[in-house]
Amino acid sequence: MARETPAGDLRLANLTKTFGAFTAVDDLSLTVPQGSFFALLGASGCGKTTTLRMVAGLEEPTSGQVLLGDRDIARLRPYKRPVNTVFQSYALFPHLDIFENVAFGLRRRGIRSVDGQVRQMLSLVQLDGYERRRPAQLSGGQQQRVALARALINHPQVLLLDEPLGALDLKLRRQMQIELKRIQTEVGITFVHVTHDQEEAMTMADTVAVMNAGRIDQLGAPAEIYEFPATAFVANFLGQSNLIACDVSGGSGDDLLVTAHGARFSVPAGRSRTDNGPVFLGVRPEKLHLVGAAVQVPGGSQHLEGVVTDASYVGVSTQYLLRTGWGTELSVFVANSGAQQRFAVGERAVAYWDPQHAFLLGRDADEPDRTTPVLDEPVGASS
Amino acid sequence: MSALAHVPIGSGQSASPPPAARSGRYRLLPYLLLLPGAAWLVLFFAVPLVQLAAASLYDPTGSISTGYVLTWAFDNYPTALRAYWPQFARSFLYAGIALVLALLMGYPLAYAIAQKAGRWKNLLLVCVIAPMFTSFLVRTLAWKTILSDNGWLVGLLRDVHLLGPDGRLLATPIAVVLGLTYNFLPFLVLPLYASLERLDYRLLEASSDLYASPLKTFRRVTLPLSMPGLIAGTLLFFIPATGDYINAELLGTPNEYMIGNVIDSAFLVRLDYPQGAALSFLLMSTILAVVFVYLRRAGTEEVL
Ligand SMILES: Nc1ncnc2c1ncn2[C@@H]1O[C@H](COP(=O)(O)OP(=O)(O)OP(=O)(O)O)[C@@H](O)[C@H]1O
Ligand SMILES: [Mg+2]
Repeated sequence: MARETPAGDLRLANLTKTFGAFTAVDDLSLTVPQGSFFALLGASGCGKTTTLRMVAGLEEPTSGQVLLGDRDIARLRPYKRPVNTVFQSYALFPHLDIFENVAFGLRRRGIRSVDGQVRQMLSLVQLDGYERRRPAQLSGGQQQRVALARALINHPQVLLLDEPLGALDLKLRRQMQIELKRIQTEVGITFVHVTHDQEEAMTMADTVAVMNAGRIDQLGAPAEIYEFPATAFVANFLGQSNLIACDVSGGSGDDLLVTAHGARFSVPAGRSRTDNGPVFLGVRPEKLHLVGAAVQVPGGSQHLEGVVTDASYVGVSTQYLLRTGWGTELSVFVANSGAQQRFAVGERAVAYWDPQHAFLLGRDADEPDRTTPVLDEPVGASS
Repeated sequence: MSALAHVPIGSGQSASPPPAARSGRYRLLPYLLLLPGAAWLVLFFAVPLVQLAAASLYDPTGSISTGYVLTWAFDNYPTALRAYWPQFARSFLYAGIALVLALLMGYPLAYAIAQKAGRWKNLLLVCVIAPMFTSFLVRTLAWKTILSDNGWLVGLLRDVHLLGPDGRLLATPIAVVLGLTYNFLPFLVLPLYASLERLDYRLLEASSDLYASPLKTFRRVTLPLSMPGLIAGTLLFFIPATGDYINAELLGTPNEYMIGNVIDSAFLVRLDYPQGAALSFLLMSTILAVVFVYLRRAGTEEVL
């Protein structure tokens, strides 16, 4: 039941929102192609909800445009926008039962026979038989699914999901992820999905935008962002990275040469975000290989020697900490494929990597190494 | 991670029930708490009520000086109603009109204070309650001045020809209705405010996100969610307004008298106790019937 002619891409142009002196969303520009699954990822308080609210019409932008196709909808009242929201707080109507909650949008648009659609939607979110219950009689996860059904049933041109799966347990969460992705592909609605869960973002989305303090740090396909992050924030927000503070000391052919604490490394120019000044040399922990100190590393790779200070066995892999000569501890993930040598704490070892797997990022002059793992925000934590 | 994060949520449900001995004492507690209030009601409400009921059935030919006999004179009721049905009907009419006026003013007022007033909220609430610090009588007398023939209001209305050159407000039904509206407005506003204050603005946002215009949002979300306050407020307004006699006494003439005035004079001027008691009972039972019908309708209305 497509409501109107396809509207085209959702574009945010120089969107800004300030609350008093505080800038929650800062000159944000991005395009979400029509029918794509777009994930907005970022730490708590970085402006994700505020961005969605401006698209939904619940918050007036301080400046900038929200375009749906060629139409600027930034000043349209919320109920005039072909956009629906799954709210972070659910916002279910306590005085209506589940059936009427889900039917609300259809009824307000004057659709008379809602029965079939509502039941279909309820069975989609696995809530058949709950029609006559009140929201207060449902668990958090069930309420969340009602919120999802209530928005989805309208088949909007853009569906905004503000952490819609945050309260679900892992199994249901995976199930709903698959279900959401299936619905999205089937109906071709543009999904803008806000989440804390990087795994969720990466598995579901065509495009991921990593937001940091009101701005988009990087936008692209999940693999693209993961393999070649644009900023130190992205490198550590999406997965984990060893970032070694270096300075560019020159170039040789297609490579850039950097030095850190007397050691020299080379990085392909194509994997560099900057070609001069202070930089971070970044390598993902799983891209590091570990061999004994006496073993020759393969030709063409870069390496660093150190002492193993920690070895945690986590099943699929063993996670080592390797202290370098200047005291920084690198994370190294070694897959438990059975072929690898195990290292004990206190042993000397060499970590090496393929220069194609390293990347160079800009760095403020006085920023030190950043290798300590950032604690993942708990999945489902939300403000 | 997420699995762990959710462990504490369900764990509260497995708390073991309190031991039987304790639950026994707890079952008595509500009745103990009820005791003082119940005793008060029996002494000062139930007993006088029975006395009043008896008085309404006294022989109407008796008097205070000669004494009254309980003759089960059920005739007192139709007689009283035949004599005073205009005042009776007028009470409900005036109170009803005043209620409509009060709703038109009170709902937006309560809504504005609850949802839009921000830091002015408490000050505005005090403004609603402040008139109650002066006596009901004094406030009504003040309205006498406001509505008086040479007051500024009548002057203004004459100037704009809403009133004829000899037109007046005082001693008209309008004055009585205005007085009732004014005097009982806070009783409507306060419970409404309490309901609207709890209204979660995010529900209004959700409604607006789901294609409901502001009007539809009001009809489908705000109004149903403020129903408890609305019901309490209308009852607190309507019941005392119907039985009121001060407003008709001070702002009206005998042509505007309500049933309260008749009962007042039956007990204090004409000293016709049986008739006063019969009218009191008639008023009480009619109000009870109105309230009952109202609650049934408001309570079961399918708010879709
Ligand atoms: N109405 C408001 N007034 C003032 N500040 C606000 C308001 N709404 C949001 N903010 C601030 O704007 C910033 C962004 O808020 P927002 O709700 O968009 O965060 P978020 O990215 O959705 O966070 P989370 O992941 O925790 O939900 C926060 O620092 C918040 O305190
Ligand atoms: Mg948020």
